[in-house]
Order: sequence, then C-alpha cells, then structure tokens
Amino acid sequence: MLARDEDILRAAEDWKKAGRGVALATVVETWGSAPRPVGSNLVIDDQGNFLGSVSGGCVEGAVVSEAIDVIESGKPRTLEFGVADETAWKVGLSCGGKIRVFVEKVE
Amino acid sequence: MRLDILKVLNEERAARRSVIVVTNQDSGAQRLVKGADIRSDPLKAMLDKHLRSAKSGIEETPEGRVFLTVHVPSPKLVITGAVHISQALAPMGQLLGYDVTIVDPRTAFASIERFPDVKVVAEWPDVALPPIGIDHYTAFVALTHDPKIDDPGLALALKSDCFYIGALGSRKTHARRVERLKAERGFTDNDIGRIHSPIGLDIGSVSPAEIAVAIIGEITQRLRQEPS
Repeated sequence: MLARDEDILRAAEDWKKAGRGVALATVVETWGSAPRPVGSNLVIDDQGNFLGSVSGGCVEGAVVSEAIDVIESGKPRTLEFGVADETAWKVGLSCGGKIRVFVEKVE
Repeated sequence: MRLDILKVLNEERAARRSVIVVTNQDSGAQRLVKGADIRSDPLKAMLDKHLRSAKSGIEETPEGRVFLTVHVPSPKLVITGAVHISQALAPMGQLLGYDVTIVDPRTAFASIERFPDVKVVAEWPDVALPPIGIDHYTAFVALTHDPKIDDPGLALALKSDCFYIGALGSRKTHARRVERLKAERGFTDNDIGRIHSPIGLDIGSVSPAEIAVAIIGEITQRLRQEPS
C-alpha cells in the first residue's frame, strides 16, 4: 500500500511538471466501515485521468468530476459520501460507511 | 498543494524520512513539517503523537481545523542469525509490515529451505549490513550467540539511529558482550544502554516461537510508545 501511495504522489508531481492540470484528493475522515483508510490519495488530471483510490471504486467517478472543477477554479473543496447504496453493496460494503474527501489543486 | 511542497514530500519519502503535511480545512493553507523539525513546531505534541502512531487525521488546533497527512517509511527488521528463533520471527515481522532481512555467513544455516520466503544474505554483517541501510525506521536483532557474527552487527546498529536494538543471551553472556563492545570497539555505557538484553518482553517465553513473540512485542512497543 505504501509503495502505491508513493507512486500516486510521485505521479502528481510528474503530471504537474509535464504541464497538466492536476488535483489531489485525500480521504480525511471516515465513519463506519469505510473501504480506504484516512490519508488515501487519488490524483486526477484535467482530462479525467486518475490514479489511486479513495473508496475502492464506489465514488471515484464523482471525485474525478469534482476534481476537474477544482482544477479550473483553484479552490479546494470537501466532499462527503455515504457508501451504503447498491453500488457499495455490490463491492462488499453492505454495512455502509461514510467518507469525507478533501480535493485540492496542485499549483 | 503547492508543487514545491509536493516535491519536498516526495524527496523526503524517497530518503525514508518521516514527514507530516498540515492542511487547514477551511482556508486550504498548507505547510510541510519534516520529522526532524517537529520539536520546533507550534503543534509539536500533536504532530509527535501522530508520527508515533503513523496515523493521518483531523485535529482542532489554534490554527483552526487541520488535516494531518502523516508519511512514515515502512519499517525494516534486520536479524543476524539464521537460527530457530529467526524462522518464527521473520514471518511475524513480515505479517506486521516489516521488510525483513536475515544475515548469516554460515551457509548451512542461511539456506532457502529453512527460510523460503525471506531475504537471507549469506555474508558477514560488515559486508551485508551497509547495503541494507540501518536507518531510524530499522529494528536490529542479534540472535547467533556467536560474537564473531553478532558483535560487528551490533557495532553497526549502535552507530546508526535505529529505533530498536536487541541481543539474545543470558545475563552472563551479555556482560561479556558489554565488555567486548567497550574494550574492543570503544562504545560507552550510554551507547550500550540502547541494547535490549535480555531480549524481548518478559512474558515467560519458552519455545523459539514464543521468544519471537516476546521480541516482536518489544519492537512494537519501541516503535509506538515513548520510552518511559
């Protein structure tokens, strides 16, 4: 897990240096049975490419589209998700859980 | 995150040094605190606690509501002696997330059959240890009972800032070891005080596997708790 996290932050730096618009999403709080621990990262570019994980797949799509807004506006944003819907259940999160994700632009 | 902060963060991580990023959740203001600089930071006590537990999280502070992203290198466990205790200690260390290496120049001991899933280096500690890199996030354990193998390993560990040093042996054996480390290698009582011997928590261990439990328990304690 550590090696993967390292790759994510390295990718954030590399992508930014390559001139791409980049945002970094971080899990800052979790309640209940959240799939990824506090501190987990997702890096997103302005084309919607992403690397890493904040939820094991349930909310990445939503985080990516919010991140593209953050890259445009430059303003950080805090997102909250309950992962207890049908999608979450399918990936094994039947007991629910809630996560808060901080999204910031790399500049 | 500013690119300069991200760059330093990646450099520190690559160099296996701890670092905490403090992000204000309202303003987005951010600063990076290197592990070595925590003691001069206004949030010293809080950062120290997070560093010891290696846990990221939200905290209320005089600076406002902040998120602490804690980056701590994965720990290493270096053992001299491909002995019976090591056969239990190595997989326990791996289970706890340690990068485990066993060093033993005696090729009959350091065989792949005895240690199928562990890195074993059949060299003397003088040769084997420098490339492994004994750093702050390393626990060093000497288990051979043979001064020719354990002493040079202990000497290298004592010269490093590794967080744990342990050496197997009775009180008598250890007393002789202390004399040798002082007379032959110039260490002081203060240096030698870093060596845990008798090794491991006092839990009445009998078998090699139980001794391994005592050792890994003591290593965990040193990693997570402030020395009392």
